[in-house]
Amino acid sequence: MSDPILEMRSITKTFPGVKALQDVTLSVERGEVHAICGENGAGKSTLMKVLSGVYPAGDYEGEIVFEGQVVSFGGIRDSEHAGIVIIHQELALVPYLSIAENIFLGSEKRGKFGLIDWNLANAEAGKLLRSVGLDENPTTPVGQLGVGKQQLVEIAKALSKDVKLLILDEPTAALNDTDSAHLLGLIRGLRDQGITSIIISHKLNEIDAIADHTTIIRDGQTVETLDMADESVTVDRIIRGMVGRALDSYYPERESHPGEEVMRVEGWTVKHPTQDRMVVDHASFDVRAGEVVGIAGLMGAGRTELAMSIFGRSYGTFVEGRLFMHGKEVKARNVAEAIDAGIAYATEDRKKYGLNLIDDIARNNSAAALDKLSTRGFVDANEETKAAEEGRRSMNIKAPTVKSIVGKLSGGNQQKVVLSKWLLTDPDVLILDEPTRGIDVGAKYEIYTIINKLVASGKAVVVISSELPELLGICDRVYTLSAGRITGQLPVAEADQERLMTLMTQEKELVG
Amino acid sequence: MTQTVGPTSEPEAESATAQKDNATAGALGTGTSDVRTLLTRNLRTSGIYIAFVVVVALFAILTGGTSLSPGNITNIVLQYSYILILAIGMVIVIIAGHIDLSVGSVVAVTGATSAVIVIRHDQPWWVGVLAALAVGLAIGAWHGFWVAYVGIPAFIVTLAGMLLFRGLTLQILDNISLSPFTPEYGKIASGFSNGLLGGNGFDAFTLLIFGVAVVVYAVSQFRTRQARVRYNQPVPSFPLFVAQIVVVAAVVMAFAYQLATARGLPYVLVILAVLILVYGVVTKRTVFGRQVYAIGGNLAAATLSGVKVKVVNFWIFVNMGFLAAVAGVVFSSRSNGAQPGAGNSFELDAIAAAFIGGAAVTGGVGTVVGAMVGGLLVGVMSNGMQLMGVDQSIQSMVKGLVLLLAVAFDVYNKRRAGSGR
Repeated sequence: MSDPILEMRSITKTFPGVKALQDVTLSVERGEVHAICGENGAGKSTLMKVLSGVYPAGDYEGEIVFEGQVVSFGGIRDSEHAGIVIIHQELALVPYLSIAENIFLGSEKRGKFGLIDWNLANAEAGKLLRSVGLDENPTTPVGQLGVGKQQLVEIAKALSKDVKLLILDEPTAALNDTDSAHLLGLIRGLRDQGITSIIISHKLNEIDAIADHTTIIRDGQTVETLDMADESVTVDRIIRGMVGRALDSYYPERESHPGEEVMRVEGWTVKHPTQDRMVVDHASFDVRAGEVVGIAGLMGAGRTELAMSIFGRSYGTFVEGRLFMHGKEVKARNVAEAIDAGIAYATEDRKKYGLNLIDDIARNNSAAALDKLSTRGFVDANEETKAAEEGRRSMNIKAPTVKSIVGKLSGGNQQKVVLSKWLLTDPDVLILDEPTRGIDVGAKYEIYTIINKLVASGKAVVVISSELPELLGICDRVYTLSAGRITGQLPVAEADQERLMTLMTQEKELVG
Repeated sequence: MTQTVGPTSEPEAESATAQKDNATAGALGTGTSDVRTLLTRNLRTSGIYIAFVVVVALFAILTGGTSLSPGNITNIVLQYSYILILAIGMVIVIIAGHIDLSVGSVVAVTGATSAVIVIRHDQPWWVGVLAALAVGLAIGAWHGFWVAYVGIPAFIVTLAGMLLFRGLTLQILDNISLSPFTPEYGKIASGFSNGLLGGNGFDAFTLLIFGVAVVVYAVSQFRTRQARVRYNQPVPSFPLFVAQIVVVAAVVMAFAYQLATARGLPYVLVILAVLILVYGVVTKRTVFGRQVYAIGGNLAAATLSGVKVKVVNFWIFVNMGFLAAVAGVVFSSRSNGAQPGAGNSFELDAIAAAFIGGAAVTGGVGTVVGAMVGGLLVGVMSNGMQLMGVDQSIQSMVKGLVLLLAVAFDVYNKRRAGSGR
């Protein structure tokens, strides 16, 4: 008997220039755990934002039917009022407020004269905490709890709102195995109490263990909904649905002639800056001159963290590991030393970490190589401009002059400025983190061409990307990263999306 | 036959030359820029100059020309020199995204140090000056340590410094004023070079110095332009370039003439000019200056570009301490003694000068010259209002509104630029 609590029909959501969702259909049965799977950027989070009213009615096409009625939410308050609560990957708790204060934030328990009745609030909070199996005093500040417990507070907060449909976006991404197991148990318990859950996760083993149905989204479209009770539905089956995309992008041809090893990383281990877990766990890899090496991993696998940590220990707390350049061990303890060692790192978020948006192309271009363009501390402005002009020409940066403000360029041109900036440091290895994120197809092709030119000139390139076709299209070898560990290494000739995805989702056995 | 060839070949030749002309025009078009594009492109920075000219003209009219009289111009220079010296350091601090609330107290404590040594212990004037500078550097290092290496926001560190060094001033001075300085010490702020070369009713030496400065300015501008041409960089068209030099030269020489007919060239103006020149070069042309802008513009990007952020931040504050000490020496010399309350609220004037001069609250933007014009704008306004006998309370309100409007203009500009994306 079909009794859907939620139906999303033909949802289409467009951002300027991009169709994020196209005709997406989702049907969730009452009292089930429904998983949503898809690659990074497939449209899972956008769909949940449509559902919860973050993108208000009118901002998208299609209709949402909740509890048999067509609903149009104007904001997140409307959807919460209807009983839909979303728990985001980044927890939305105020660290300095107590558990009870957080739970009732925005829906405070009022007593006489409209003042908050803290005794009532703390008592209610205590009840909610017991129902999620969290043994903490409601007056404890949330900041003193670990991430796992904070997650439980979020769920308690959801329960306080009389939730009918609970949406969890990557709930276990930041949790250790014990906490994950506890959380999954809790979600099962909620299902037994009649609360429906939608869970978005990259951890396919968890989905296999907990979900009743799994809907797969790919490139903004619904691919299929699988019944997890069916014996034939396995993790491999889900992966096939997630990656079943044709290699439709176009990649420039390149002949591969790998030479000497340029960089080797051994047993690299990095601790999270605030939490007690290893974000990168004994990762080892190498890259040769004239070679493009890919690092594939899902969100939270530790790709960026690995790269930034190698690049002068810019992320987290370095625990152990060795870095070799041209066979000689180097200690790149800060960014300047890393640059001196011949490493360049172009960040995944060029606006936030890569460029000074209020400054011009020439000055951004020289920011990492000022020592090359200066004598005794004085910058040679003319040489700087000349270098920028050369970068503009060789990268084909479309801007009126090199004095143009970088913040006003398109994403593709900004990325070219970033590449030009790092080439000016004359590195041996370029680590490119999501080099084509958010830029259009034409500019992507140009970036690939630049990468090919670099390796042809003997440089080594490491590309981190969420797009598997991209890695397969431009790399010689691909490493897979899962939960901070390198889980495999494939020459591109032997790799395909399914094999990569299998390695990317390979994880330790679930506890309990 | 020849007749048919003629008309057809002529247009061809014409179009060929036309093409060539277009090509040169195109090259020139990208190579030069007219007045309007210069102004609109730099509205944010040129706005302050326009405002300054307007304010100067306004008070010249309102005071019936008194504000531009030789005596008054000299007076403005003497009266606001120490604020301008502070503003040089402050704009660098602000570009890097910090603030320094302590400079008023540092002015007091360095002045007091110098006074105790020169007046109480009868040491020569230069011992006092060196001691004051040493104390300023030490205070700067103290602030720099807490901001850069401990990671405490500069607002807090320098607020603490403001209290700390005011208290220290009271300690040093035993709560009473110390005066007078020796005449030599007094000359730092109130001395003039006068009559060195003689002159009829005015100091020819002053004119000579300014004349030399103008020539040096013109030559260096010309050489910069030549270098830019050599590197195929856009430059203003030649007539515009000459016009710019002539205007600057005329204004500077008029200013010099007024000084010369008054008391001559104030030593403090020489100190100020040297500081502006040096720090103009430091901010514009050195790696250090570049790193200051990078830190303020995008801290994360600067860090990931290999900028040693802690080191740079440390030296920014050491430098601020040094300049505060210079201002302390000038101020104590001008007031001919050290008072417990010296330098009160100087930090606010310096901060206002930097912001009115185009520095951005969010960091990454600002120039030394802008801060100087911002400081002078406030100076000319205050001075003009004093000449007109405007009440102190009104003066304060006007200054407050000017600061607010200047920053509002900055925020508005940024929003407009942001929406233009």
